Amino acid sequence: MTPGDPILFVNNVTKRFGGLVAVNNVSFEVREHEVMGLIGPNGSGKSTTMNMISGALKATSGSITLKGHDLTRAKTFENARFGVSRTFQLVRILPELSVLENVIAGAVFGHKRRWGAEAEAFAAGLLERVGLAERITAPVGSLTYIDQKRLELARALAGEPSVLLLDEWLAGLNPSELKVGIDLVASLRQEGRTIILVEHVMDAIRSLCDRCLVINSGTKIAEGTPDAVLSDPDVIRAYLGEG
Amino acid sequence: MMPASLRPLLVAGGLLGLAGFVPLVADGYWLSIAVTILMYVALSTSWALFSGPTHYIALSTGAFFGIGGYLVGLGMSDYDQSFWAMAAIAPFVATGLAALIGWATLRLSGVYFVIFTLGLAEMIRNLISWIQNNFLGSRGLYVLTDLDERHIYWMLLAITAGVFLFGWRLGRSRLGFALRILGNDEEVARHVGINTARTKILMFMTTGFVAALVGAVVAPRYYYIEPNVVFSPELSFIVVIMALLGGTRRLYGPLLGVIPFTLLWEVISVSFPNATTMVLGLTFLLIVYGIPNGITGLLSGFAARRSA
Amino acid sequence: MDILISGLLLGGTYALIAMGLTLQYGVARIMNLANGEVLVIGALTAFLVYTSLAVSPLVTVLVIAPLAFAASWLVYRILLLPLVRRAKNQGQLEVDSILATFGMGFFLVGGMVFIYPELFAYSYLAVPVDLAGTTVAANRLVAFGGAVLIGLALYLWLNRTRAGLAVRAVAVSPLAAGLVGINVEKTSALAFAIGGMITAMGGVLISTFITLDPSFGVIFTMKALIIVIMGGVGDIRGAIVAALILGVVETAVATLIDPGLTLAAAYTIFLLVLLFRPEGLFGRRPA
Repeated sequence: MTPGDPILFVNNVTKRFGGLVAVNNVSFEVREHEVMGLIGPNGSGKSTTMNMISGALKATSGSITLKGHDLTRAKTFENARFGVSRTFQLVRILPELSVLENVIAGAVFGHKRRWGAEAEAFAAGLLERVGLAERITAPVGSLTYIDQKRLELARALAGEPSVLLLDEWLAGLNPSELKVGIDLVASLRQEGRTIILVEHVMDAIRSLCDRCLVINSGTKIAEGTPDAVLSDPDVIRAYLGEG
Repeated sequence: MMPASLRPLLVAGGLLGLAGFVPLVADGYWLSIAVTILMYVALSTSWALFSGPTHYIALSTGAFFGIGGYLVGLGMSDYDQSFWAMAAIAPFVATGLAALIGWATLRLSGVYFVIFTLGLAEMIRNLISWIQNNFLGSRGLYVLTDLDERHIYWMLLAITAGVFLFGWRLGRSRLGFALRILGNDEEVARHVGINTARTKILMFMTTGFVAALVGAVVAPRYYYIEPNVVFSPELSFIVVIMALLGGTRRLYGPLLGVIPFTLLWEVISVSFPNATTMVLGLTFLLIVYGIPNGITGLLSGFAARRSA
Repeated sequence: MDILISGLLLGGTYALIAMGLTLQYGVARIMNLANGEVLVIGALTAFLVYTSLAVSPLVTVLVIAPLAFAASWLVYRILLLPLVRRAKNQGQLEVDSILATFGMGFFLVGGMVFIYPELFAYSYLAVPVDLAGTTVAANRLVAFGGAVLIGLALYLWLNRTRAGLAVRAVAVSPLAAGLVGINVEKTSALAFAIGGMITAMGGVLISTFITLDPSFGVIFTMKALIIVIMGGVGDIRGAIVAALILGVVETAVATLIDPGLTLAAAYTIFLLVLLFRPEGLFGRRPA
């Protein structure tokens, strides 16, 4: 789907931890139906940026808005209700809930809300969507790593978010799983979802992203199509060092 | 989440009906044991509704229970209020206090909450003793009513039924689901849109409400209310032990802990009064090292093994 | 002025207990709610050997140190380490250690009730000493001196020795400490044992000027916890300042209003800390 109008605005956002500036005056926009990659070397501020959008961290200055809702000072749960959903860098499954309940958890309290039989049916549909239809009655503890990642994705989709944050969702998958994972994200893109993904897998970035933002040491150093930014001398220098 | 099945409700209703006849067949000693058991069932079941799913160990039961009993005594002795009026007011005072405590501590990590509730009964007792000695005059507070053990039993039975009904409804509600999610992972709970602080505070308020109501209703048992008696830190621990002994994953779990422990406690208090504290300690250790999921956990373990 | 001096003297002993607890919670990650009982055991031992054998508490404090160290070490290895190993996350360890140490605390109280079920106190160095125009009992002064010495020794040990460095590293991050070759389980056991040792020594010192009974432990646990939180978990310097503040405030409340309100005063401080500085006096606000 072709990207529409911008819905997420990140304006001059800075995050300080004590004396350390983790994110320095970063601005960008994300358009509806767009898949945007957020890339950069380790420790560059990608996850901090994601955490500020999801509300897990509060920006020191600047502002973040989504479809007119101010996310900057809102509580994490409010950001979820405004339409932000996410997966976590280290996968977080709810161990004492069933597979189906894990997905329903995302559908009850967030952006679009469902409950009862409607929520169950919707969650079952999402499990099928991410390829877990056969695991619906499996104990949560028996899920493989990629299945846990799928389950987390289904939970994130269950609130029908306006913007979906995938924080290294493909990390840790083996080559055959990686292909399955990339295809799954690609199919979400086909559906017209708005996604920000933090990723180190370059193949995934090239094939999935409409646009990329590169940050290094907390500062935005490039923005554009994947091919353009990945051949940008500043970006290459950031990844390979000053040498 | 499950399709609402009426069978457990029918079973519970049947048991409730049977329990209602107890005062007609038991008297004296056994009736008083039955009253004690019901009191602990109500307290530990409502405790488990909050502390079970969230894993926040509330040690405030003694404080809220004491507020219930003390307010009944104070209102009847010093302000000429009826037992019923005070029994109706006290739970709301406790609920308000629970809201304040919850607001101050439940937004932070669980440890702060445990510590705050740990000394709460003792602190309130000190405060009340001081107020009473300096401002109210140290007159005794009497709770003189026409209520005998049978009436107290029936009132407690009604409260217990209410707690079970509430717990059953909670298990099928959004609030109950939110509690389970935040007990599993608070970070995830916030990210799926749950107002975690509000959820925890609301549930903590309901346990405060029930504990104060129970404290108020059993006040006529004491006749003479003294802060040193009604604000018992020990009560908080006994309630925790009973609930954990039974297991908190099932609504009826605490019930299975209350009955054996009350009987054991009765025997020990009578025969070896010096050993009560040690028994309390050993039971805590038994639970942590032997049956972390309580008696219900053991039972479902057996059931799973037999069917496997 | 009287209040300030007596308060600081009391606070010195509180600081010792809180240091013991902060080592156990900050390093070994065990929220030890039996801390106060260990203190009462120290005090009871001092009382018993003083009244029956006429042994000075200053001797007892040296004898009890290795015993408390060994006992705490064994408790950690045998009872607490299995909980650390089975815990899937910090939250579960917290719940388990809270319940287990409650059990141990009650067990210890129960044991002490068998030995001596009443209030106990003895008269040791109860002679008035003039200190900057204030009259204080010599025993309080001696206890404070003992607390300062122990605190100083702990400080030097933490900052000047390899083992101390390992303890501080585990306090910052058990994971990272393990990666640089520190034996985290051993170091945690060591910190827990030293914490127990310091607490028992504090109990001996405090027994020279305070009347106790076997069930008083929980009050000290409570106060130690409030101090640790006020000072910031794992922050020794914060714990000392917080302990002195609590000592002075309690003494002021006891002298000016009512001795029965010291716990209420401690709670008021606790509440203020929770509302305004939950990260501790010197802690940085978590980002």
